[in-house]
Amino acid sequence: MLENIRLSFQGIFSHKIRSFLTMLGIIIGIAAIIAIVSTIEGTNEQIKNNLIGSGNNTVKITLSNGDYEADFTWETVPDNIRVISEESKKRIEDIKEVDSCTLYRTRSNPDNLFYLNRKIDSAVIYGIDEDYFDTLGYDIAEGINFTDRHYKNFAKVAIIDSTLERGIFEGENPIGKQIDISGEPFTIIGVAAKRSGFEPVINSVDDYYTYNQTSSGLIFIPTVDWGICFRYDEPQNCIARAVDTDSMTNAGKKTADILNENILTPEKDTEGVSSALEYKSESLLEQAKALQDLSSSTNSMLIWIASISLLVGGIGVMNIMLVSVTERTREIGLKKALGARKKRILAQFLTEAAVLTSIGGIIGVVSGIGLSKVIANIAEVPVAISTPAIAVSVVFSMVVGIVFGLIPSIKAANLNPIDALRYE
Amino acid sequence: MVFELKNIYKDYLQGKEAVPVLKNISLAVEDGEYVAIMGPSGSGKSTLMNIIGCLDKQTKGSFVFDGADIMSCSDKQLSSIRNDKIGFVFQNFNLLPRQTALDNVELPLLYAGVSKRQRREKAKEALRRVGLEDRMNFKPTQLSGGQKQRVAIARAIVNKPKLLLADEPTGALDTRSGEQVMELFKELNDDGVTVVMITHEPEIARCAKRVMYIRDGELHSGEFAAGSRANAVAKEETAPAAEKVQEEAAVTKDIPAEEKPRTGPKTMTDIHRDLDDILNRKLPELKFSDGSDIERKGDKI
Repeated sequence: MLENIRLSFQGIFSHKIRSFLTMLGIIIGIAAIIAIVSTIEGTNEQIKNNLIGSGNNTVKITLSNGDYEADFTWETVPDNIRVISEESKKRIEDIKEVDSCTLYRTRSNPDNLFYLNRKIDSAVIYGIDEDYFDTLGYDIAEGINFTDRHYKNFAKVAIIDSTLERGIFEGENPIGKQIDISGEPFTIIGVAAKRSGFEPVINSVDDYYTYNQTSSGLIFIPTVDWGICFRYDEPQNCIARAVDTDSMTNAGKKTADILNENILTPEKDTEGVSSALEYKSESLLEQAKALQDLSSSTNSMLIWIASISLLVGGIGVMNIMLVSVTERTREIGLKKALGARKKRILAQFLTEAAVLTSIGGIIGVVSGIGLSKVIANIAEVPVAISTPAIAVSVVFSMVVGIVFGLIPSIKAANLNPIDALRYE
Repeated sequence: MVFELKNIYKDYLQGKEAVPVLKNISLAVEDGEYVAIMGPSGSGKSTLMNIIGCLDKQTKGSFVFDGADIMSCSDKQLSSIRNDKIGFVFQNFNLLPRQTALDNVELPLLYAGVSKRQRREKAKEALRRVGLEDRMNFKPTQLSGGQKQRVAIARAIVNKPKLLLADEPTGALDTRSGEQVMELFKELNDDGVTVVMITHEPEIARCAKRVMYIRDGELHSGEFAAGSRANAVAKEETAPAAEKVQEEAAVTKDIPAEEKPRTGPKTMTDIHRDLDDILNRKLPELKFSDGSDIERKGDKI
């Protein structure tokens, strides 16, 4: 076997240009596949990071109507769902997969937000408890956080995020300024910003799709004040932070089970809508996977196209091997006369084809990695070089050599020694 | 007994017609013999050599090589007989051009499954035997014709075969190298190696202890035609009637070969020989005139 490999290298190097041209098909095919796979992997990695947020692992458990998150800005607040008690929250925090959790109420784009008689458009307002900033990874960048006193006294104070600060106050210091929420004046006491490590955190697929759509920002008020502006008994949503990425799904499901105890047996009321709501945890891992599948399925078409290049390359190998067998007819005849068996001749030519395409495969992998880097630079698409893909590529190119080398090798093995010796 | 051919017939299909090439050939070769088989081109000597070399099988008759009935041997068994018991020497050397002399000599041992270290050792010994110990790592392109043929002989004897089978071993060599090769054959034979050599040059055949003649697919013993063309022609004249029927099929092929043996299609061998003649013709004038040389020239010109 080693002898065959040595002979193969000798044969390949004695026809450098021919060997290289033969390999070219394989090189191009493998390089294309490596580049495509790297791009897919890179995109997948990016999707996962964006959705889950590196190091955050939060799961949102929201009241949902089927697959859609209920939004009370325009939906009727249901009557059959109790406000979640502190007791339930404690039970959620006791789940072993849950690190911390927070309850909150939210309205997106309410039409009763004003600053100095100017309407604040497309802002999202949150009524939050003490754990919200900690669980979601916010820091107070300016001013102060809500204190126990604020919660106890129903203080009309608000914290805004840095986006809103930039959009509304345009360089002015927002601390101490007042905004109107449902006609009530709230004093801004702080500005919250996401910890840099958590950027960018997108908490749902919808968020992912609207990632680039700008919202004017977020306004946070103590949850106790919700009744002042909106409805006092509005049911909350929950965000739980799992201990690690893998336990996110379980943490979400267990939390949803506890929260759903607060939904009273749905009675058929006149509207019939409210009873359809229940708490559902969004499975970010699944969503990430769905997105990844979407991008992979598009790109795997490209892999098939690249495989055609491998097929063409394989045919080229077969062609050259047939030429090589014809050229070496005398050599084969001599070897047979000296007592070489069919198997040995077959193995020699198969090895040569496999070595040829394997070298092509290795060169292809190297050029594929280079190509990925170039794509990453030019198209600004993240790429991730995948080790299994490299291993599979090299093995696959070897298989191409063996498959397409088979016919020429059988031809060589079956040559009649007399005719072969006499061949000119 | 090395091998025994008994009533061998060999036909080749030319289109749908079977053309007989060998007719009723019987030949037994004992251990230690040195046999030359002579015949003009088209006489069937190559076919005979292929059969003796277990490269081809006869159509009819029995061929026993070292106790094995070749007719009933499988492809695999024939490979191992060729590898183990026969050493081939070809007219055009048939060395692998990109391998060193040592690698070339190792080849049969490789097929016999000998270990790397033993291969080296045996191949070196064989090259020493033919006097090329200082050329072991040379490639065939760096060797002269005579050296190449000696490498080929080393390759043929490296497996210690029962039979050394040579097909026109001097055909592509100049006279001096040819003589050296013949000397080597004689030495090997003296050491007990059985040699069967196929040639059409009488002075080469003369080196053998026993000379057989093959013509029109029939083998004759040495006493019948004492090695000259005159005798062969005489034989043709005396015995055409007996052979007529058998010869009919091959008649178009044989007549030009018989009447003008030198004007057939020129092979490389012929051209080499002609070149040798031209060279040899000048040399005696410059140096000395050797009796055998004159005879040789007279034979050809």
